[in-house]
Amino acid sequence: MNNGWPTIHLTVNGQSRAIRTPAMKRLLDVLREDLRLTGTKEGCGEGECGSCSVRMNGELVNSCLVPVLQAEGAEIETVEGLARNGELHPLQKAFLECGGAQCGICTPGMLMAATHLLARNPHPDLAEIREGLAGNLCRCTGFIRIFESVIAAAAGSTQMRGEQAGHAR
Amino acid sequence: MRGNPEAHELVAPGSLAAVLALLAESPGEWMPIAGGTELMVAHAAGRLDAKKLVSLWGIADLRFIETRPESFVIGAGTTFGDLRAHADLAAELPLIARAASWIGAIANQNRATIGGNLVNGSPAADSSPALLAYDAEVELISVRGTRRVAYSGFHTAYKRNVLAPDELLRAIHLPRRFARHRQYLRKVGPRRAMAIAKVALGATARVENGVVSEIRLGAASLAPFPTRLHRAEAAVQGRRVTGETIEAARSALLAEARPIDDIRSTAEYRRRVGANLLQEFLLELRVEPRP
Ligand SMILES: Cc1cc2nc3c(=O)[nH]c(=O)nc-3n(C[C@H](O)[C@H](O)[C@H](O)COP(=O)(O)OP(=O)(O)OC[C@H]3O[C@@H](n4cnc5c(N)ncnc54)[C@H](O)[C@@H]3O)c2cc1C
Ligand code: FES
Ligand code: FES
Repeated sequence: MNNGWPTIHLTVNGQSRAIRTPAMKRLLDVLREDLRLTGTKEGCGEGECGSCSVRMNGELVNSCLVPVLQAEGAEIETVEGLARNGELHPLQKAFLECGGAQCGICTPGMLMAATHLLARNPHPDLAEIREGLAGNLCRCTGFIRIFESVIAAAAGSTQMRGEQAGHAR
Repeated sequence: MRGNPEAHELVAPGSLAAVLALLAESPGEWMPIAGGTELMVAHAAGRLDAKKLVSLWGIADLRFIETRPESFVIGAGTTFGDLRAHADLAAELPLIARAASWIGAIANQNRATIGGNLVNGSPAADSSPALLAYDAEVELISVRGTRRVAYSGFHTAYKRNVLAPDELLRAIHLPRRFARHRQYLRKVGPRRAMAIAKVALGATARVENGVVSEIRLGAASLAPFPTRLHRAEAAVQGRRVTGETIEAARSALLAEARPIDDIRSTAEYRRRVGANLLQEFLLELRVEPRP
């Protein structure tokens, strides 16, 4: 039956991957099930919550709404790609430092939306942060600490770095 | 996730010509999918009926913004993110970028296409009031050729339009003659981002020597599909914006509006808010524009 499945080529966090999968399978499920990258979360499954946000060819997208065939040949960045050589990304450190993550379900999506925002606008004001994260819902933090985390990361607080070593397992 | 990906075929022929050939081979059998922000939601809910889908994503012939002397031509596969990022378009026809900023948040705007918004044909489609106010034309294409129709005649009933089964929406043509018009767009809904409009009004008007020489009103959610408000326009056209004119325009709008009741709002609320938005626009016309 899976003879009709196409082979999809993706570059995920810099690594080339080839997966045989139904063309209509969601990018979200290919990441989580086929590639075992379970950092990307499913919340609503319908584009409303942003917990499945990843970057596709440099654009922020909700992976629950992308049929994987439309990602053929694309560069995908997920939360797993943020840390480098065991060192957390400044945004990840800031989320820990500022209490931007509680239960953590929204966090991978928030981090990807925030990464996307800072990539385009390294010093956003609060209104720009609110707009950049408007598609990402959080049921725990009340958002203020998330906004503060983004502000802290944008400011590149050095004090943060030392303290984070303890949290970074 | 109630849908089963294996129950649907999805192909990506990669070029406009190849998609059109496929549609022509068996008209009505293939459903186009662009950014998927409507269809993948339906899929997740297990209510995507189409068994065969053909992808328009990534087709360069559908994703472009062309600046001509007389018009902007916007490919149907252009995303709302693309529209917001186009400086000339935003400067000259600012209602388009403003509407684009409302279509969900960034991740949605990076995928949602203007063609998908129009063909999906929700009565609340956010791009529609601005396109109606700007007198847009839509260009349809099939292997048989292209044709252009006024956007105000594109929708024919709730979620119905004039597209033939073998046709795609190719582009939207926006005339570049609104620089001296007064322009208005307002959406009333529960939240600015990520909320479907209860009512929206887009409007352009030309005021010469105190008289409204030209006016276009485009509404979302005041009918089963996005519509021009021709009767309200007629009540204002050629007149000074007096209290009487405003009353006449409100009455005309209330008489022609046929909003639906749904989970977001009632028909009565929509009619009243629609009339208030129109009044707000007309009152703005009485104020001299800043030079
Ligand atoms: C979280 C979220 C928030 C949203 N918020 C808003 C909002 O505020 N306002 C609003 O108006 N909409 C909103 N939407 C709806 C949706 O994003 C838009 O309607 C979008 O423009 C649809 O475009 P698409 O390319 O994703 O459509 P698709 O899902 O790919 O297609 C939609 C329909 O259009 C047809 N189609 C697409 N392109 C063509 C073409 N070129 N020719 C012929 N047929 C075509 C398809 O066959 C299908 O029937 C929201 C959606 C989500 C998930
Ligand atoms: S799971 Fe994709 S937006 Fe909620
Ligand atoms: S930390 Fe729990 S949802 Fe955001």
